[in-house]
Amino acid sequence: MIDTLRLTAEEAKRQLEAGEISGAELFAAYLEAIGVRDEELHAYLHVCADPGGDGLPIAVKDVIGTKGVPTTAGSKMLEHYVPVYDATVVERCKAHGLRVLGKTNTDEFAMGSSTENSAFGPSHNPWDPTRVPGGSGGGSAAAVSGGLAPWALGSDTGGSIKQPAALCGNVGLRPTYGTVSRYGVVAFASSLDQVGPVAKNVRDCAYLYSIISGRDANDSTTVDVPVVELPAGDSLKGLRIGVPKEMNEAEGIEPGVSAAVRVAIEHAASLGAEVGECSLPRSVEYGVACYYLVAPAEASSNLARYDGARYGLRSPGDDFREMVMNTRHDGFGDEPKRRIMIGTYALSSGYYDAYYGKAQRVRTIIRREHDAVFEQFDLIVSPTSPTVAFELGAKVHDPIAMYLNDVLTIPSCMAGLPGLNIPCGLSEGLPVGLQLIGPQFSENTLFRAGHALEQALAFDVVPARLR
Amino acid sequence: MARITREEVLQVARLARLELTDEEVGRFQEQLSDILEAVSKVSELDLSDVPPTAHPLEIANAWAEDVPHPSLSLDDAFANAPERQDDHFKVPPA
Repeated sequence: MIDTLRLTAEEAKRQLEAGEISGAELFAAYLEAIGVRDEELHAYLHVCADPGGDGLPIAVKDVIGTKGVPTTAGSKMLEHYVPVYDATVVERCKAHGLRVLGKTNTDEFAMGSSTENSAFGPSHNPWDPTRVPGGSGGGSAAAVSGGLAPWALGSDTGGSIKQPAALCGNVGLRPTYGTVSRYGVVAFASSLDQVGPVAKNVRDCAYLYSIISGRDANDSTTVDVPVVELPAGDSLKGLRIGVPKEMNEAEGIEPGVSAAVRVAIEHAASLGAEVGECSLPRSVEYGVACYYLVAPAEASSNLARYDGARYGLRSPGDDFREMVMNTRHDGFGDEPKRRIMIGTYALSSGYYDAYYGKAQRVRTIIRREHDAVFEQFDLIVSPTSPTVAFELGAKVHDPIAMYLNDVLTIPSCMAGLPGLNIPCGLSEGLPVGLQLIGPQFSENTLFRAGHALEQALAFDVVPARLR
Repeated sequence: MARITREEVLQVARLARLELTDEEVGRFQEQLSDILEAVSKVSELDLSDVPPTAHPLEIANAWAEDVPHPSLSLDDAFANAPERQDDHFKVPPA
Protein backbone atom coordinates (compact mmCIF):
# COMPACT_ATOMS: atom_id res chain seq x y z
CA MET A 1 0.00 0.00 0.00
CA ILE A 2 1.59 3.28 -1.12
CA ASP A 3 0.70 6.15 1.23
CA THR A 4 0.80 9.07 -1.19
CA LEU A 5 0.00 11.55 1.60
CA ARG A 6 3.26 10.81 3.39
CA LEU A 7 5.59 9.46 0.69
CA THR A 8 8.41 11.88 -0.15
CA ALA A 9 10.02 11.94 -3.58
CA GLU A 10 13.31 10.82 -2.07
CA GLU A 11 11.71 7.79 -0.39
CA ALA A 12 9.74 6.93 -3.54
CA LYS A 13 12.96 7.08 -5.54
CA ARG A 14 14.66 4.76 -3.05
CA GLN A 15 11.78 2.26 -3.21
CA LEU A 16 11.81 2.34 -7.02
CA GLU A 17 15.56 1.79 -7.15
CA ALA A 18 15.37 -1.05 -4.61
CA GLY A 19 12.64 -2.70 -6.67
CA GLU A 20 10.18 -2.50 -3.74
CA ILE A 21 7.60 -0.82 -5.98
CA SER A 22 7.32 -0.52 -9.74
CA GLY A 23 6.98 2.67 -11.73
CA ALA A 24 3.52 1.57 -12.85
CA GLU A 25 2.36 0.93 -9.25
CA LEU A 26 3.63 4.31 -8.15
CA PHE A 27 1.92 6.24 -10.95
CA ALA A 28 -1.28 4.24 -10.40
CA ALA A 29 -1.25 5.09 -6.68
CA TYR A 30 -1.34 8.82 -7.49
CA LEU A 31 -4.05 8.36 -10.12
CA GLU A 32 -6.08 6.49 -7.51
CA ALA A 33 -5.58 9.26 -4.94
CA ILE A 34 -6.62 11.79 -7.56
CA GLY A 35 -9.72 9.70 -8.24
CA VAL A 36 -10.58 9.68 -4.54
CA ARG A 37 -9.79 13.25 -3.51
CA ASP A 38 -9.58 15.54 -6.52
CA GLU A 39 -13.29 15.96 -6.93
CA GLU A 40 -13.18 17.79 -3.60
CA LEU A 41 -9.82 19.56 -4.03
CA HIS A 42 -9.88 20.35 -7.77
CA ALA A 43 -6.10 20.58 -7.81
CA TYR A 44 -5.88 19.36 -11.40
CA LEU A 45 -7.21 20.81 -14.63
CA HIS A 46 -5.94 17.83 -16.61
CA VAL A 47 -4.76 14.37 -15.54
CA CYS A 48 -2.41 12.31 -17.74
CA ALA A 49 -2.26 8.60 -18.40
CA ASP A 50 0.93 6.81 -17.33
CA PRO A 51 3.43 7.35 -20.15
CA GLY A 52 5.39 4.31 -18.89
CA GLY A 53 8.83 4.24 -17.34
CA ASP A 54 10.22 4.02 -13.83
CA GLY A 55 10.71 7.67 -12.96
CA LEU A 56 8.94 9.68 -10.29
CA PRO A 57 5.62 11.32 -11.14
CA ILE A 58 5.37 15.11 -11.02
CA ALA A 59 2.53 17.63 -11.25
CA VAL A 60 3.03 20.70 -13.42
CA LYS A 61 1.33 24.07 -13.02
CA ASP A 62 -0.84 24.79 -16.01
CA VAL A 63 1.11 27.87 -17.09
CA ILE A 64 4.04 25.60 -18.01
CA GLY A 65 3.89 24.24 -21.55
CA THR A 66 3.69 20.46 -21.98
CA LYS A 67 3.92 18.93 -25.44
CA GLY A 68 0.67 17.24 -26.44
CA VAL A 69 -0.97 18.03 -23.07
CA PRO A 70 -3.40 20.97 -22.78
CA THR A 71 -1.91 24.09 -21.19
CA THR A 72 -4.65 26.57 -20.34
CA ALA A 73 -3.04 29.02 -17.88
CA GLY A 74 -6.42 28.84 -16.12
CA SER A 75 -7.92 30.93 -18.92
CA LYS A 76 -10.69 30.50 -21.46
CA MET A 77 -8.26 32.18 -23.83
CA LEU A 78 -6.15 28.99 -23.91
CA GLU A 79 -8.87 26.44 -23.07
CA HIS A 80 -8.12 24.36 -26.17
CA TYR A 81 -4.42 25.17 -26.53
CA VAL A 82 -2.14 22.14 -26.84
CA PRO A 83 1.58 23.05 -26.98
CA VAL A 84 3.68 21.51 -29.72
CA TYR A 85 6.84 21.62 -27.58
CA ASP A 86 7.84 21.16 -23.94
CA ALA A 87 8.98 24.02 -21.74
CA THR A 88 12.68 23.66 -20.89
CA VAL A 89 11.83 22.79 -17.28
CA VAL A 90 9.54 19.97 -18.46
CA GLU A 91 12.18 18.76 -20.89
CA ARG A 92 14.70 18.65 -18.01
CA CYS A 93 12.27 16.75 -15.79
CA LYS A 94 11.65 14.22 -18.57
CA ALA A 95 15.40 13.87 -19.16
CA HIS A 96 15.57 12.77 -15.49
CA GLY A 97 12.85 10.22 -16.17
CA LEU A 98 10.10 12.19 -14.39
CA ARG A 99 6.57 11.54 -15.64
CA VAL A 100 3.92 14.26 -15.83
CA LEU A 101 0.89 13.31 -13.72
CA GLY A 102 -1.18 16.24 -14.80
CA LYS A 103 -1.59 20.00 -15.00
CA THR A 104 -2.50 21.89 -11.88
CA ASN A 105 -4.98 24.69 -11.39
CA THR A 106 -3.90 28.32 -11.29
CA ASP A 107 -5.40 31.77 -11.14
CA GLU A 108 -5.87 32.95 -14.70
CA PHE A 109 -2.45 33.76 -16.20
CA ALA A 110 -1.06 33.29 -12.66
CA MET A 111 -2.81 36.48 -11.52
CA GLY A 112 -4.21 35.99 -8.06
CA SER A 113 -3.65 34.69 -4.54
CA SER A 114 -6.39 32.07 -4.14
CA THR A 115 -7.03 30.23 -7.49
CA GLU A 116 -10.47 31.84 -7.44
CA ASN A 117 -9.51 33.68 -10.63
CA SER A 118 -9.20 30.39 -12.52
CA ALA A 119 -11.70 30.27 -15.38
CA PHE A 120 -12.28 26.62 -14.46
CA GLY A 121 -13.24 27.04 -10.80
CA PRO A 122 -11.13 27.29 -7.65
CA SER A 123 -9.02 24.64 -5.94
CA HIS A 124 -9.66 23.82 -2.30
CA ASN A 125 -7.28 23.62 0.65
CA PRO A 126 -6.56 20.02 1.72
CA TRP A 127 -6.55 21.12 5.40
CA ASP A 128 -10.05 22.58 5.10
CA PRO A 129 -11.85 22.47 1.75
CA THR A 130 -13.97 25.52 2.62
CA ARG A 131 -10.74 27.54 2.41
CA VAL A 132 -8.50 28.61 -0.46
CA PRO A 133 -5.18 26.88 -1.12
CA GLY A 134 -3.53 30.23 -1.95
CA GLY A 135 -2.49 31.31 -5.39
CA SER A 136 -1.73 31.53 -8.04
CA GLY A 137 -0.15 28.08 -7.73
CA GLY A 138 -2.86 26.73 -5.44
CA GLY A 139 -3.33 23.64 -7.60
CA SER A 140 0.30 22.52 -7.25
CA ALA A 141 0.29 23.19 -3.49
CA ALA A 142 -3.04 21.40 -2.96
CA ALA A 143 -1.84 18.45 -5.05
CA VAL A 144 1.34 18.02 -2.96
CA SER A 145 -0.39 18.43 0.42
CA GLY A 146 -3.40 16.37 -0.63
CA GLY A 147 -1.22 13.38 -1.60
CA LEU A 148 -2.06 13.82 -5.29
CA ALA A 149 1.58 14.31 -6.35
CA PRO A 150 4.93 13.73 -4.64
CA TRP A 151 6.11 17.13 -5.82
CA ALA A 152 5.22 19.76 -8.39
CA LEU A 153 6.42 22.67 -10.47
CA GLY A 154 5.03 26.11 -9.77
CA SER A 155 5.71 29.61 -10.99
CA ASP A 156 6.10 32.75 -8.94
CA THR A 157 5.79 36.40 -9.93
CA GLY A 158 4.94 38.05 -6.60
CA GLY A 159 4.40 35.05 -4.30
CA SER A 160 2.62 32.38 -6.35
CA ILE A 161 4.85 29.52 -5.11
CA LYS A 162 5.60 30.67 -1.56
CA GLN A 163 2.12 31.83 -0.50
CA PRO A 164 0.23 28.65 -1.57
CA ALA A 165 3.00 26.55 0.05
CA ALA A 166 2.39 28.53 3.26
CA LEU A 167 -1.39 28.12 3.13
CA CYS A 168 -1.21 24.38 2.34
CA GLY A 169 1.68 23.56 4.71
CA ASN A 170 4.41 22.45 2.33
CA VAL A 171 7.79 23.59 1.04
CA GLY A 172 8.06 25.96 -1.92
CA LEU A 173 11.06 27.72 -3.40
CA ARG A 174 10.95 30.83 -5.49
CA PRO A 175 14.47 30.66 -6.95
CA THR A 176 16.78 33.58 -7.68
CA TYR A 177 15.66 35.38 -10.82
CA GLY A 178 17.52 33.93 -13.81
CA THR A 179 18.34 30.52 -12.34
CA VAL A 180 15.45 28.62 -13.97
CA SER A 181 14.45 28.85 -17.63
CA ARG A 182 11.08 30.36 -18.57
CA TYR A 183 11.22 29.04 -22.14
CA GLY A 184 7.81 27.55 -22.88
CA VAL A 185 6.18 29.12 -19.81
CA VAL A 186 3.16 31.41 -20.31
CA ALA A 187 4.56 34.89 -19.61
CA PHE A 188 2.99 37.21 -17.04
CA ALA A 189 5.59 39.79 -15.91
CA SER A 190 8.95 38.95 -17.41
CA SER A 191 11.23 40.85 -15.04
CA LEU A 192 9.66 38.89 -12.15
CA ASP A 193 8.44 35.47 -13.35
CA GLN A 194 10.35 32.44 -12.02
CA VAL A 195 9.61 28.71 -12.11
CA GLY A 196 10.29 26.75 -8.94
CA PRO A 197 9.66 23.53 -6.99
CA VAL A 198 6.90 22.63 -4.54
CA ALA A 199 7.59 19.62 -2.31
CA LYS A 200 6.85 17.89 1.00
CA ASN A 201 10.24 18.69 2.49
CA VAL A 202 13.34 20.77 1.90
CA ARG A 203 15.51 17.95 0.54
CA ASP A 204 12.95 17.10 -2.16
CA CYS A 205 12.66 20.79 -2.95
CA ALA A 206 16.44 21.12 -3.32
CA TYR A 207 16.63 18.01 -5.47
CA LEU A 208 13.92 19.22 -7.85
CA TYR A 209 15.63 22.61 -8.01
CA SER A 210 18.87 20.87 -9.03
CA ILE A 211 17.00 19.22 -11.91
CA ILE A 212 15.32 22.32 -13.34
CA SER A 213 17.91 25.07 -12.74
CA GLY A 214 20.78 26.23 -14.90
CA ARG A 215 21.52 28.19 -18.03
CA ASP A 216 19.28 27.61 -21.06
CA ALA A 217 20.20 28.74 -24.56
CA ASN A 218 16.48 29.35 -25.19
CA ASP A 219 16.13 31.88 -22.33
CA SER A 220 18.68 34.67 -22.53
CA THR A 221 17.93 35.79 -18.95
CA THR A 222 19.28 32.54 -17.45
CA VAL A 223 22.68 32.36 -15.79
CA ASP A 224 25.03 29.70 -14.45
CA VAL A 225 23.94 28.36 -11.07
CA PRO A 226 26.12 27.19 -8.14
CA VAL A 227 26.08 23.41 -7.63
CA VAL A 228 23.04 22.50 -5.53
CA GLU A 229 23.87 20.82 -2.20
CA LEU A 230 21.25 18.55 -0.66
CA PRO A 231 21.00 19.71 2.97
CA ALA A 232 21.81 17.18 5.67
CA GLY A 233 22.98 18.89 8.88
CA ASP A 234 20.98 20.09 11.86
CA SER A 235 23.21 22.90 13.08
CA LEU A 236 22.82 26.58 12.23
CA LYS A 237 26.08 27.55 13.95
CA GLY A 238 27.58 30.66 12.42
CA LEU A 239 24.50 31.56 10.43
CA ARG A 240 23.38 35.17 10.88
CA ILE A 241 19.60 35.49 10.66
CA GLY A 242 17.95 38.91 10.42
CA VAL A 243 14.40 39.55 11.57
CA PRO A 244 13.10 42.57 9.63
CA LYS A 245 10.94 44.48 12.06
CA GLU A 246 8.44 45.73 9.46
CA MET A 247 7.91 42.28 7.94
CA ASN A 248 7.24 40.72 11.31
CA GLU A 249 5.11 43.49 12.73
CA ALA A 250 3.19 44.52 9.59
CA GLU A 251 -0.43 45.47 10.00
CA GLY A 252 -2.70 42.53 9.29
CA ILE A 253 -0.41 39.73 10.51
CA GLU A 254 -2.63 37.40 12.55
CA PRO A 255 -1.49 36.80 16.15
CA GLY A 256 -1.41 33.02 15.58
CA VAL A 257 0.88 33.52 12.58
CA SER A 258 3.25 35.76 14.57
CA ALA A 259 3.34 33.27 17.41
CA ALA A 260 4.27 30.31 15.17
CA VAL A 261 6.98 32.35 13.44
CA ARG A 262 8.41 33.45 16.81
CA VAL A 263 8.69 29.81 17.86
CA ALA A 264 10.57 29.02 14.64
CA ILE A 265 12.97 31.92 15.27
CA GLU A 266 13.60 30.63 18.81
CA HIS A 267 14.42 27.22 17.33
CA ALA A 268 16.88 28.87 14.94
CA ALA A 269 18.64 30.51 17.88
CA SER A 270 18.83 27.26 19.83
CA LEU A 271 20.32 25.53 16.76
CA GLY A 272 23.18 28.00 16.94
CA ALA A 273 22.13 30.83 14.63
CA GLU A 274 22.89 34.42 15.59
CA VAL A 275 19.53 36.17 15.43
CA GLY A 276 19.24 39.95 15.25
CA GLU A 277 16.72 42.60 14.32
CA CYS A 278 16.96 44.52 11.05
CA SER A 279 14.84 46.90 9.02
CA LEU A 280 13.35 47.12 5.51
CA PRO A 281 11.09 50.12 6.04
CA ARG A 282 10.33 51.24 2.51
CA SER A 283 10.37 47.77 0.95
CA VAL A 284 7.36 46.77 3.00
CA GLU A 285 5.53 50.09 2.90
CA TYR A 286 5.94 50.67 -0.85
CA GLY A 287 6.44 47.11 -2.16
CA VAL A 288 2.83 46.32 -3.02
CA ALA A 289 2.27 49.63 -4.82
CA CYS A 290 5.51 49.16 -6.76
CA TYR A 291 4.58 45.60 -7.71
CA TYR A 292 1.06 46.46 -8.81
CA LEU A 293 2.48 48.95 -11.30
CA VAL A 294 5.47 46.98 -12.62
CA ALA A 295 3.70 43.61 -12.95
CA PRO A 296 0.55 44.92 -14.73
CA ALA A 297 2.68 47.08 -17.03
CA GLU A 298 4.65 44.03 -18.12
CA ALA A 299 1.48 41.92 -18.26
CA SER A 300 -0.25 44.41 -20.54
CA SER A 301 2.62 43.95 -22.97
CA ASN A 302 2.90 40.15 -22.61
CA LEU A 303 -0.84 39.59 -22.98
CA ALA A 304 -1.01 41.65 -26.17
CA ARG A 305 -0.14 38.44 -28.04
CA TYR A 306 -3.62 36.98 -27.42
CA ASP A 307 -5.27 38.41 -30.50
CA GLY A 308 -7.16 35.44 -31.93
CA ALA A 309 -4.84 35.24 -34.94
CA ARG A 310 -2.26 32.53 -34.27
CA TYR A 311 -3.43 30.40 -31.34
CA GLY A 312 -5.93 30.43 -28.54
CA LEU A 313 -9.53 31.60 -28.61
CA ARG A 314 -11.01 33.46 -31.55
CA SER A 315 -14.37 35.20 -31.33
CA PRO A 316 -16.19 36.29 -34.48
CA GLY A 317 -15.90 39.85 -35.78
CA ASP A 318 -16.65 41.58 -39.07
CA ASP A 319 -13.15 42.94 -39.41
CA PHE A 320 -9.74 42.23 -37.84
CA ARG A 321 -9.99 44.86 -35.13
CA GLU A 322 -13.47 43.78 -34.06
CA MET A 323 -12.36 40.13 -34.00
CA VAL A 324 -9.39 41.02 -31.75
CA MET A 325 -11.49 43.13 -29.37
CA ASN A 326 -14.22 40.47 -29.12
CA THR A 327 -11.66 37.70 -28.60
CA ARG A 328 -10.01 39.60 -25.75
CA HIS A 329 -13.37 40.45 -24.21
CA ASP A 330 -14.50 36.82 -24.24
CA GLY A 331 -11.16 35.15 -23.49
CA PHE A 332 -9.89 37.18 -20.50
CA GLY A 333 -11.54 37.12 -17.09
CA ASP A 334 -11.85 40.18 -14.86
CA GLU A 335 -8.40 40.03 -13.23
CA PRO A 336 -6.36 39.94 -16.46
CA LYS A 337 -8.63 42.69 -17.80
CA ARG A 338 -7.98 44.84 -14.72
CA ARG A 339 -4.23 44.31 -14.92
CA ILE A 340 -4.07 44.90 -18.67
CA MET A 341 -5.92 48.20 -18.20
CA ILE A 342 -3.86 49.31 -15.18
CA GLY A 343 -0.69 48.44 -17.07
CA THR A 344 -1.81 50.19 -20.24
CA TYR A 345 -2.76 53.27 -18.22
CA ALA A 346 0.55 53.29 -16.28
CA LEU A 347 2.55 53.05 -19.51
CA SER A 348 0.52 55.53 -21.52
CA SER A 349 1.91 58.84 -22.60
CA GLY A 350 1.41 61.49 -19.92
CA TYR A 351 1.23 58.95 -17.07
CA TYR A 352 4.45 56.98 -17.65
CA ASP A 353 6.64 59.16 -15.42
CA ALA A 354 4.08 59.38 -12.64
CA TYR A 355 3.44 55.63 -12.43
CA TYR A 356 5.75 53.19 -14.20
CA GLY A 357 8.81 55.43 -14.03
CA LYS A 358 8.34 55.99 -10.28
CA ALA A 359 7.71 52.30 -9.66
CA GLN A 360 11.00 51.40 -11.33
CA ARG A 361 12.80 53.85 -9.05
CA VAL A 362 11.07 52.43 -5.97
CA ARG A 363 12.32 49.05 -7.17
CA THR A 364 15.88 50.36 -6.89
CA ILE A 365 15.20 51.46 -3.31
CA ILE A 366 13.87 47.97 -2.46
CA ARG A 367 16.99 46.36 -3.93
CA ARG A 368 19.29 48.70 -2.02
CA GLU A 369 17.51 48.11 1.29
CA HIS A 370 17.91 44.36 0.87
CA ASP A 371 21.57 44.73 -0.18
CA ALA A 372 22.24 46.68 3.01
CA VAL A 373 20.55 44.06 5.20
CA PHE A 374 22.56 41.26 3.60
CA GLU A 375 25.80 43.00 4.54
CA GLN A 376 24.97 42.04 8.12
CA PHE A 377 22.90 38.87 7.73
CA ASP A 378 23.06 35.64 5.70
CA LEU A 379 19.30 35.43 5.47
CA ILE A 380 16.15 37.07 6.80
CA VAL A 381 12.92 35.53 8.08
CA SER A 382 9.28 36.54 8.35
CA PRO A 383 5.82 35.06 7.94
CA THR A 384 5.19 34.16 4.28
CA SER A 385 1.53 35.13 4.43
CA PRO A 386 0.06 37.51 7.02
CA THR A 387 -2.87 35.13 7.46
CA VAL A 388 -3.65 31.44 7.37
CA ALA A 389 -5.85 30.14 4.52
CA PHE A 390 -8.99 32.27 4.22
CA GLU A 391 -12.52 31.21 3.27
CA LEU A 392 -13.38 30.83 -0.39
CA GLY A 393 -15.20 33.97 -1.53
CA ALA A 394 -13.92 36.14 1.36
CA LYS A 395 -11.87 38.53 -0.79
CA VAL A 396 -13.04 37.78 -4.28
CA HIS A 397 -14.93 41.07 -4.75
CA ASP A 398 -12.18 43.26 -3.31
CA PRO A 399 -9.10 43.27 -5.57
CA ILE A 400 -7.04 45.39 -3.17
CA ALA A 401 -7.69 43.12 -0.17
CA MET A 402 -6.59 40.22 -2.38
CA TYR A 403 -3.41 42.10 -3.41
CA LEU A 404 -2.43 42.60 0.25
CA ASN A 405 -2.00 38.82 0.70
CA ASP A 406 1.34 39.30 -1.02
CA VAL A 407 2.66 42.16 1.12
CA LEU A 408 5.42 39.99 2.64
CA THR A 409 6.37 37.98 -0.46
CA ILE A 410 6.53 40.87 -2.92
CA PRO A 411 9.58 42.90 -1.75
CA SER A 412 12.12 40.09 -2.29
CA CYS A 413 10.56 39.25 -5.67
CA MET A 414 11.09 42.86 -6.79
CA ALA A 415 14.76 42.48 -5.83
CA GLY A 416 15.16 39.16 -7.67
CA LEU A 417 15.96 37.30 -4.44
CA PRO A 418 15.29 33.64 -3.66
CA GLY A 419 12.71 32.79 -1.01
CA LEU A 420 11.83 29.51 0.64
CA ASN A 421 8.61 28.69 2.49
CA ILE A 422 8.62 26.00 5.13
CA PRO A 423 5.65 25.15 7.35
CA CYS A 424 6.36 26.21 10.95
CA GLY A 425 3.22 25.42 12.91
CA LEU A 426 -0.54 25.73 13.06
CA SER A 427 -2.88 28.59 13.86
CA GLU A 428 -6.57 27.78 14.24
CA GLY A 429 -5.73 24.30 12.92
CA LEU A 430 -4.29 25.68 9.66
CA PRO A 431 -0.65 25.79 8.52
CA VAL A 432 1.56 28.84 9.06
CA GLY A 433 4.44 29.43 6.64
CA LEU A 434 7.89 30.74 7.52
CA GLN A 435 9.61 32.69 4.76
CA LEU A 436 13.41 32.55 4.48
CA ILE A 437 15.00 35.03 2.07
CA GLY A 438 18.64 35.29 1.11
CA PRO A 439 20.82 37.24 -1.31
CA GLN A 440 20.84 36.23 -4.98
CA PHE A 441 22.13 32.67 -5.56
CA SER A 442 21.95 31.75 -1.86
CA GLU A 443 19.63 28.76 -2.41
CA ASN A 444 22.07 26.39 -0.69
CA THR A 445 21.98 28.54 2.46
CA LEU A 446 18.17 28.59 2.37
CA PHE A 447 18.08 24.81 1.98
CA ARG A 448 20.52 24.32 4.83
CA ALA A 449 18.57 26.58 7.19
CA GLY A 450 15.19 25.28 6.02
CA HIS A 451 16.22 21.67 6.51
CA ALA A 452 17.63 22.23 10.00
CA LEU A 453 14.51 24.13 11.07
CA GLU A 454 12.26 21.50 9.52
CA GLN A 455 13.91 18.82 11.69
CA ALA A 456 13.58 20.95 14.81
CA LEU A 457 9.96 21.96 14.16
CA ALA A 458 8.83 18.41 13.23
CA PHE A 459 5.74 19.74 11.45
CA ASP A 460 3.47 16.96 10.17
CA VAL A 461 2.78 17.86 6.52
CA VAL A 462 -0.20 15.52 6.21
CA PRO A 463 -3.38 17.56 6.72
CA ALA A 464 -4.90 16.66 10.09
CA ARG A 465 -8.29 15.66 8.67
CA LEU A 466 -6.64 13.18 6.25
CA ARG A 467 -4.40 11.39 8.79
CA MET B 1 -6.63 61.88 -6.11
CA ALA B 2 -9.12 62.20 -8.94
CA ARG B 3 -11.09 59.11 -9.90
CA ILE B 4 -10.73 57.99 -13.49
CA THR B 5 -13.61 58.83 -15.75
CA ARG B 6 -15.79 56.60 -17.86
CA GLU B 7 -14.14 58.07 -20.96
CA GLU B 8 -10.68 57.22 -19.62
CA VAL B 9 -11.73 53.60 -19.02
CA LEU B 10 -13.00 53.38 -22.59
CA GLN B 11 -9.82 55.00 -23.92
CA VAL B 12 -7.55 52.56 -22.04
CA ALA B 13 -9.71 49.61 -23.13
CA ARG B 14 -9.46 50.79 -26.72
CA LEU B 15 -5.65 51.07 -26.47
CA ALA B 16 -5.55 47.53 -25.01
CA ARG B 17 -8.00 46.22 -27.65
CA LEU B 18 -10.57 45.14 -25.07
CA GLU B 19 -14.26 45.28 -25.87
CA LEU B 20 -16.22 46.16 -22.70
CA THR B 21 -19.94 46.01 -21.98
CA ASP B 22 -21.62 49.00 -20.31
CA GLU B 23 -21.82 47.06 -17.05
CA GLU B 24 -18.09 46.26 -17.23
CA VAL B 25 -17.17 49.89 -17.86
CA GLY B 26 -18.99 50.93 -14.69
CA ARG B 27 -17.48 48.17 -12.57
CA PHE B 28 -13.93 48.67 -13.86
CA GLN B 29 -14.21 52.44 -13.42
CA GLU B 30 -14.71 51.89 -9.68
CA GLN B 31 -12.10 49.14 -9.30
CA LEU B 32 -9.41 50.80 -11.43
CA SER B 33 -9.87 54.07 -9.54
CA ASP B 34 -9.35 52.25 -6.23
CA ILE B 35 -6.29 50.43 -7.54
CA LEU B 36 -4.73 53.59 -9.02
CA GLU B 37 -5.30 55.39 -5.75
CA ALA B 38 -3.50 52.58 -3.88
CA VAL B 39 -0.53 52.38 -6.26
CA SER B 40 -0.15 56.19 -6.32
CA LYS B 41 1.61 55.68 -3.00
CA VAL B 42 4.85 55.49 -5.02
CA SER B 43 4.60 59.29 -5.52
CA GLU B 44 5.13 59.93 -1.80
CA LEU B 45 8.86 59.26 -2.07
CA ASP B 46 11.49 61.69 -3.29
CA LEU B 47 12.98 59.68 -6.14
CA SER B 48 14.87 62.42 -7.97
CA ASP B 49 18.32 60.90 -7.28
CA VAL B 50 17.32 57.24 -7.67
CA PRO B 51 17.97 55.45 -10.96
CA PRO B 52 15.31 53.04 -12.29
CA THR B 53 15.60 49.25 -12.11
CA ALA B 54 14.12 47.40 -15.07
CA HIS B 55 15.61 43.99 -14.39
CA PRO B 56 16.86 42.33 -11.20
CA LEU B 57 20.11 40.90 -12.62
CA GLU B 58 22.96 42.93 -14.00
CA ILE B 59 23.64 40.73 -17.01
CA ALA B 60 24.93 41.73 -20.41
CA ASN B 61 23.59 40.42 -23.69
CA ALA B 62 23.58 36.68 -24.18
CA TRP B 63 24.79 35.91 -27.66
CA ALA B 64 23.97 32.78 -29.63
CA GLU B 65 26.06 31.35 -32.44
CA ASP B 66 24.58 32.46 -35.76
CA VAL B 67 24.03 28.97 -37.13
CA PRO B 68 20.85 27.27 -38.36
CA HIS B 69 19.18 24.84 -35.97
CA PRO B 70 15.96 22.80 -36.12
CA SER B 71 12.73 24.72 -35.58
CA LEU B 72 9.00 23.91 -35.62
CA SER B 73 7.55 22.38 -38.75
CA LEU B 74 4.87 24.45 -40.48
CA ASP B 75 2.19 21.97 -39.42
CA ASP B 76 3.31 22.30 -35.79
CA ALA B 77 3.39 26.08 -36.04
CA PHE B 78 -0.19 26.08 -37.35
CA ALA B 79 -1.42 23.33 -35.02
CA ASN B 80 -3.25 25.78 -32.74
CA ALA B 81 -4.28 28.31 -35.40
CA PRO B 82 -7.97 29.30 -35.32
CA GLU B 83 -7.94 29.41 -39.14
CA ARG B 84 -5.26 28.48 -41.66
CA GLN B 85 -5.10 29.05 -45.38
CA ASP B 86 -2.15 27.35 -47.05
CA ASP B 87 0.90 28.59 -45.14
CA HIS B 88 -0.80 31.63 -43.63
CA PHE B 89 -2.84 32.47 -40.55
CA LYS B 90 -6.21 33.56 -41.87
CA VAL B 91 -7.95 36.52 -40.19
CA PRO B 92 -10.94 38.71 -41.07
CA PRO B 93 -10.22 41.66 -43.41
CA ALA B 94 -8.63 44.74 -41.88
